[in-house]
Amino acid sequence: MTKQAVQLSLPGFEQAHGGWRAEYGRQIGADRTIRNRSGVEIKPLYTPRDWNGDAFLENLGFPGQYPYTRGIYPTMHRGRTWTQRQLIGLGTPADYNKRVRTILDAGATAISLIPCNSVFRGNDCDEVDLPLLGTCGTVVNTADHMDQALDGVPLGNISTAMNDPSPFTLLAFVLAVAKRRGIPWTSITGTSNQSDYISHFIANHMFYRLSLPGARRVLLDHIEFCRAYVPGWNPVSVVGQHMQQAGATPVETMAFTISTALQYAQDCIDRGMDIDHVLRRFTFFFDISISFFEEVAKFRAGRRIWARLARERLGAKDPGSWRFKFHGQTSGVDLTVQQPLNNIARVAVQAMAGIMSGLQSLHTDAYDEAITTPTEETARIAVATQNILREEAHLCDVIDPLGGSYYVETLTDQMEEEMMALIGKVDEAGGMYKAAEAGLIQAMVGQSALAFQEKVESGEEKVIGVNCYQADNVAYAARPTERPELERMQQHVASFAAYKAARSQTDVNRALDTLKRAANSEGENIYGRIVEAAEVGITHGEIVSLLREELGFGHPLVVV
Amino acid sequence: MTACGLNPPARVLVTKIGLDGHDRGSRIVAAYLRDAGMEVIYTPPWQSIPAVVKLVLEEDVDVVGISSLATDHLIVPKLADALREAGLGHVGIIVGGIVPDDECPALLQAGVSAIFGPGSPRDDIIAHVAALAAKVRDVKNAEFREIAQ
Repeated sequence: MTKQAVQLSLPGFEQAHGGWRAEYGRQIGADRTIRNRSGVEIKPLYTPRDWNGDAFLENLGFPGQYPYTRGIYPTMHRGRTWTQRQLIGLGTPADYNKRVRTILDAGATAISLIPCNSVFRGNDCDEVDLPLLGTCGTVVNTADHMDQALDGVPLGNISTAMNDPSPFTLLAFVLAVAKRRGIPWTSITGTSNQSDYISHFIANHMFYRLSLPGARRVLLDHIEFCRAYVPGWNPVSVVGQHMQQAGATPVETMAFTISTALQYAQDCIDRGMDIDHVLRRFTFFFDISISFFEEVAKFRAGRRIWARLARERLGAKDPGSWRFKFHGQTSGVDLTVQQPLNNIARVAVQAMAGIMSGLQSLHTDAYDEAITTPTEETARIAVATQNILREEAHLCDVIDPLGGSYYVETLTDQMEEEMMALIGKVDEAGGMYKAAEAGLIQAMVGQSALAFQEKVESGEEKVIGVNCYQADNVAYAARPTERPELERMQQHVASFAAYKAARSQTDVNRALDTLKRAANSEGENIYGRIVEAAEVGITHGEIVSLLREELGFGHPLVVV
Repeated sequence: MTACGLNPPARVLVTKIGLDGHDRGSRIVAAYLRDAGMEVIYTPPWQSIPAVVKLVLEEDVDVVGISSLATDHLIVPKLADALREAGLGHVGIIVGGIVPDDECPALLQAGVSAIFGPGSPRDDIIAHVAALAAKVRDVKNAEFREIAQ
């Protein structure tokens, strides 16, 4: 472990330290106990008696070197800064296309797509209430829709993240579009950034509702397919964000996320895949809260734990498998409806924590995200926040700038120890799949959510405008809420219905039959059949409902 | 008598309709009401409107609490209509979560008695639900007396 063994010889240290402690005690009076969100007690001062650089190479080393505590690449942000990846999803595919082009013009270097909640529910647009369509994501149900959404977007040259739970129909549509445009799949890069089905069962429940075992199989087929045919694609993104948003502490989040990654890795090994072939394409996706130092320690500890477990437990030999690549999103949980412009300041602090943690990709929230889907103007401010931090604040000059801080190193060690204890607890429960199935994780996350809420209500945890400084709550002159134009959405639904009616029913039936056979044959890769179905015009809803029939329907595992 | 003044205690359904699955808020509010002595019926997200109506009827619910974080509040008026059509127009409805200011009037007109946004104090929610449940119970008791006579 990372405990200190050697005490540095510091002549006069004890006397000076004792003198400071006496003076501190005299001036502060009755000191209060401060704990971070993970429950670690925070001292007023850290010194070389807490951390002294002992076991430097073993615990920290250099960027790009095992165990990667200081960063996964030798150059980090001084070489290539993080990818600016804003999550976008709204309206019809045409609306999305307009917004995505605006964001690319504003300096974003990668894109993402959030589908409408109807898509998350496994429904096509003709099956749900019209007013709910396109309010929180784009209504994409077919390869044609994806083609419209990505019109003019250079698919082979830009990384695309698809918010696409199992069975990954959005990627199937992207691959179909690439084929139409003559773009080889080998040049397609990006991430299936909602592939972590366990996190959906535990936390945000935004998944296509395949059963737990069904989702497990489809994920493995998806990984195998992508490794064979779309080698630049990251088929796995293990999502800590859902759990932290649902209330897990930063320590719990990192521990459970790593336990989940261990589960998926083990499943790949059990299926006979080469661990080094798959792990190099594992990515992670986290929330970044405003608890600044705690977040930095969370990511540094997580990087170190993953490197060690990937090497020692999973037996990975390629350094590419040990590197903990992660996307961070500034946490919406910290944002407030009260005094919403304050959220710009919150997002800047959250983003700084992520950047100083050495993230690979970042989404900054728009300040109105606590209220509604961002407008074009608020989305621009969110991107500008990243530009300011990168260009004006000089955050990229030094790698791991907080490394070596007595405080941050001590906290990194302490949080690592607690994370390892929780990972051990999940191991005892039989791994993450079983722990989630038994409701163990949900119960812990729920407890933490309630405990945090109680701290906010008691005023122990301050939230500006919510439990203090409310006097400044002036009426926020929100512009009228923008909702997708019902008429345009109705047209979208009508043309979808017409599209379905015009298809050759024989072709549709043939594709669905093939998919059904694949679902019932264990040896066959179901994801290859899903991509084929997308190519011949089968819709999202058709694919999902067939798979629910064949592989089981997924109910969220809710524990109150 | 219970903590909230009704005997038997107020029966509250905490649920989500529409398409969103985020449930941190609904779980917390359910725990608050339960801890205040009410009987809470809690469901996973994505209940259909007919399923909610059925639950209200079968569970003899006094107040329905709808949690909406991602625009599902837009179909709450449809739920209110469905309850009225089923002869359950006296059942209270509250909404919690994110409802933009300019979309509140439509909900209130549809019969929602209160909308609790982020930062609403726990005690306000409990007091409102308790008072609303008492009112609903009066209507139910009057109906019962009518039938009994």
